[in-house]
Amino acid sequence: MIPELGHFAVILALGVALLQAAVPLLGWRRHDARLMSFAASAAQGQFLCVAAAYACLTYAFVSKDFSVAYVAENDHSQLPLIYRITAVWGAHEGSLLLWVLILSAWSLAVSVFNRRLPLEMSALVLSVLGMISTGFYLFILLTSNPFTRLVPAPAEGRDLNPILQDPGLAVHPPMLYMGYVGFSVAFSFAIAALIGGRLDAAWARWTRPWTTTAWMFLTMGITLGSWWAYKELGWGGWWFWDPVENASFMPWLAGTALIHSLAVTEKRGLLKSWTVLLAIIAFSLSLLGTFLVRSGVLVSVHAFASDPSRGMFILGFMVVVVGGALSLYAWRAPRLSSDGELRLFSREGLLLFNNVFLAAAAAAVLFGTLYPLVLDATGLGKVSVGPPYFNPVFLPLVTPLIFLVGLAAAVPWKRGDWKETVRRLRWPALAALVFGGALPFTLYGRSTPLASAGALLGLWAMFAAVQDVWRRVRAKPDLGSGLAAVPRAAWGMTLAHVGLGVWALGVSGVVSFGDEHDVRLARGTTTELGGYTFRFDGAGESQGPNYTAQEGTVTVTHGDRPVAVLHPQKRLYPSQGTVMTQSSIDIGLLRDLYVSLGDSFDDGSWSLRVYYKPLVRMIWLGGVLMFFGGMLAVSDRRYRLARAAERRAAEALEGAAA
Amino acid sequence: MRFAIPLVVLALLVGLFMIGLRRDPHLVPSPLIGKAAPAFDLPTLDGKRPRMTDADLRGAPVLVNFFASWCAGCQEEHAYLMQLAQNGQARLLGIDYKDAESDLRPWLTRRGNPYGVILTDLEGKAGIDWGVYGVPETFVLDAKGTVIYKQIGPMTPEIWQHDIQPLLRSAT
Amino acid sequence: MKRRVACVLLLALAAAGARAEVQTVKPEIPLTPQQEALYRGLLPELRCLVCQNESLAESQASLAADLRYEVRGLVAKGEDETAIKKYLTDRYGDFVLYKPPLEARTALLWAAPFLLVLIGLTMLFAYARRTRATPATRPPADEAALRKILDDHS
Repeated sequence: MIPELGHFAVILALGVALLQAAVPLLGWRRHDARLMSFAASAAQGQFLCVAAAYACLTYAFVSKDFSVAYVAENDHSQLPLIYRITAVWGAHEGSLLLWVLILSAWSLAVSVFNRRLPLEMSALVLSVLGMISTGFYLFILLTSNPFTRLVPAPAEGRDLNPILQDPGLAVHPPMLYMGYVGFSVAFSFAIAALIGGRLDAAWARWTRPWTTTAWMFLTMGITLGSWWAYKELGWGGWWFWDPVENASFMPWLAGTALIHSLAVTEKRGLLKSWTVLLAIIAFSLSLLGTFLVRSGVLVSVHAFASDPSRGMFILGFMVVVVGGALSLYAWRAPRLSSDGELRLFSREGLLLFNNVFLAAAAAAVLFGTLYPLVLDATGLGKVSVGPPYFNPVFLPLVTPLIFLVGLAAAVPWKRGDWKETVRRLRWPALAALVFGGALPFTLYGRSTPLASAGALLGLWAMFAAVQDVWRRVRAKPDLGSGLAAVPRAAWGMTLAHVGLGVWALGVSGVVSFGDEHDVRLARGTTTELGGYTFRFDGAGESQGPNYTAQEGTVTVTHGDRPVAVLHPQKRLYPSQGTVMTQSSIDIGLLRDLYVSLGDSFDDGSWSLRVYYKPLVRMIWLGGVLMFFGGMLAVSDRRYRLARAAERRAAEALEGAAA
Repeated sequence: MRFAIPLVVLALLVGLFMIGLRRDPHLVPSPLIGKAAPAFDLPTLDGKRPRMTDADLRGAPVLVNFFASWCAGCQEEHAYLMQLAQNGQARLLGIDYKDAESDLRPWLTRRGNPYGVILTDLEGKAGIDWGVYGVPETFVLDAKGTVIYKQIGPMTPEIWQHDIQPLLRSAT
Repeated sequence: MKRRVACVLLLALAAAGARAEVQTVKPEIPLTPQQEALYRGLLPELRCLVCQNESLAESQASLAADLRYEVRGLVAKGEDETAIKKYLTDRYGDFVLYKPPLEARTALLWAAPFLLVLIGLTMLFAYARRTRATPATRPPADEAALRKILDDHS
């Protein structure tokens, strides 16, 4: 009964979404305020429907209702409760339901927070969001219904894929979807602006917090995914350039570019058509990612069972949504005029250089990801494009970006002055040179070009960001009032840029000085790595809630000093007959010591993979700092308190337009 | 006009995906096609001679089928391979890939033996030389010992009739 | 992120069958430090054909173990990088190389990132020139008023 209710709730949500798409649009055409204000109620009603559907599916999982096909495939009577809840999004159908739930939550948020916006604007935004929702509900109902019954019901479920039974992966998809789906709001604002013909500083101001919020969730989602892959896959990698990862990285790059170009559009009224295009592209890349991941068009060894009919549906949906948006863009964008003149050496000029590199990076990822498909489709054979392509190609794209981060903050809007800039930045530059040059030698006693460049650039971004805040503080008579005068948006920007610097330190450190051993050890024998001694103390049986494990004991010492006792496992999940390696890591800010078990041999020895990962934590710390930077920026008072002013401004504009 | 460029890019991408959806990205085409079969020298299972080499393949077209008793796809195609052998439509050479003889014998007893000769490739070295990455894989060789076709995955009547038979006909 | 999932399943399916594939124990091949470096450097550039989104360095598939053993043997014999890559492409085609070789059909791939930056920069310079060529339209009065209201609160 409950699953049928869930199914019905999805159908109901589809109906409400259709109304949410159509009625406000009609109201906008007829200048009917009543029809337009229906949008908010519809968004709220739609959220209730889909939340009910989601609750039904969760209930089916928790109550182990194996008569539901999707539950039977992804649940098991011995699965711990927490994983029965997260198993809801463990495969294609349920993750789509999570997707629409989040999309609907964003619509709900828009309907609540946009009450201060002109009615036309919020009605159009919610209408566009309703159209997107409609497409996804159709997708669920036509190709991927999670509530389909199985007759007869099996006695036992096939279990959640053991690789997904991990806290990191439990929170990774919701974060990622918050990001992906969040870009639909910026997209809807862009479409509303193109339809309504209103694209000004106020539009950019409204779009910014939504974009930043989506971006910060996406940042966190990617960071969590990278962390999860590192500890779960058993060989210490943190980024693979897999199509699945690229699918999340492309919208991130476009979203980052959008955040910066929105700043230019808000402050200077420049480059409106580019900003609108970026808002369209960021969400389009999210859709594209969904298509790539779920259609099976690329080799991405991935959990989602690929199905060409699903691929065709998403492709068709993309043609409608993205094609429609870009047609509207092609029609309306030529009318968008920029006010004023752009000088390249100015804050906005440098932000646009940043946009060039970010957009080129996103396009390069797309190109590299799709190139094998291009060659295959044109009959030119099969090639592989992997990390050995992306890594060297990305270095020259990222380097100027980090350099620009430090530079742009010190250059004023409208017109920069070389001499003044050099004077301002001489201390951060000097400090980055001195400390960046010394850092690898201090930590590791040697350096490589990459390590030196990474340390130098990372510290440059951090020092310049901190100095930017310091300049604002110094402008006030005393420290207290100075600190209070720095707006949260500036703190957020600083934190995010420091995060980028920390990330750069981590990447260059772990790539330059990381080391590994693949060894076969008998009980009591040792191996040396990175100055540490790893002693294998044998392996024994251990029992988990739904698996049995071989657990090794590895004692790590540094000289005479004990450092850690690690317990890597090799788990057998009998429900699927799957064997998983569970690495054991001694975590440190400056280095990780990482051990995973390989195979056992008849004489009692084991093959082990031992890794020394210097600064690897910095990579995720950088991501976390960016996340909190985004959060600070969004909480800035001007987005909260200036609403009355915005309404006045909007009224002023409308008055002028009338 | 430049505002329509994104639309053009989208159209190109959609066209690309339309083609892509009809292809299997996992298939790796063999570089051996059109070349002489790789050299090998492998022990036979109950053969008249203890070993066989690539030179022994020449003279008539042959299907070289990499299989194993532990592989699910091989069970799937087995009945059809039996049919091909019994009808005399094809000469089959089986290469038993990374398989234990104690597993193989009962497997063959139960399902029948379609192969003229079975060679054993216990270490998978011949498999590597032939570019095998997942059994079953079937190579079609013409009378001169040149590889003219490679089937990755189970052999089916469709593939045999539509792809392989015409090739064999034009080769002779 | 879930890249390994399907592959783990694939291996599990093989293992779950009545019989498993035979993995013969092979003697270890000693390498000199230079050879070891070459071997370690090569593995990440070679793609596993079973777990297709993993390199030979990462993959746990048994074919990957066999190929690692072959590569190690070739390194020990004193073969260089080119010869070893040719050994693999002769058997599996260019698919096995994670770093596509620079040739006519991949020229665009390798040039793309730099072309994209070049296009971007050209567009930016052209845009800057356009804004300077058109007489600076004063923002209309209402826009100025709007900006003032907004700025008062930022």
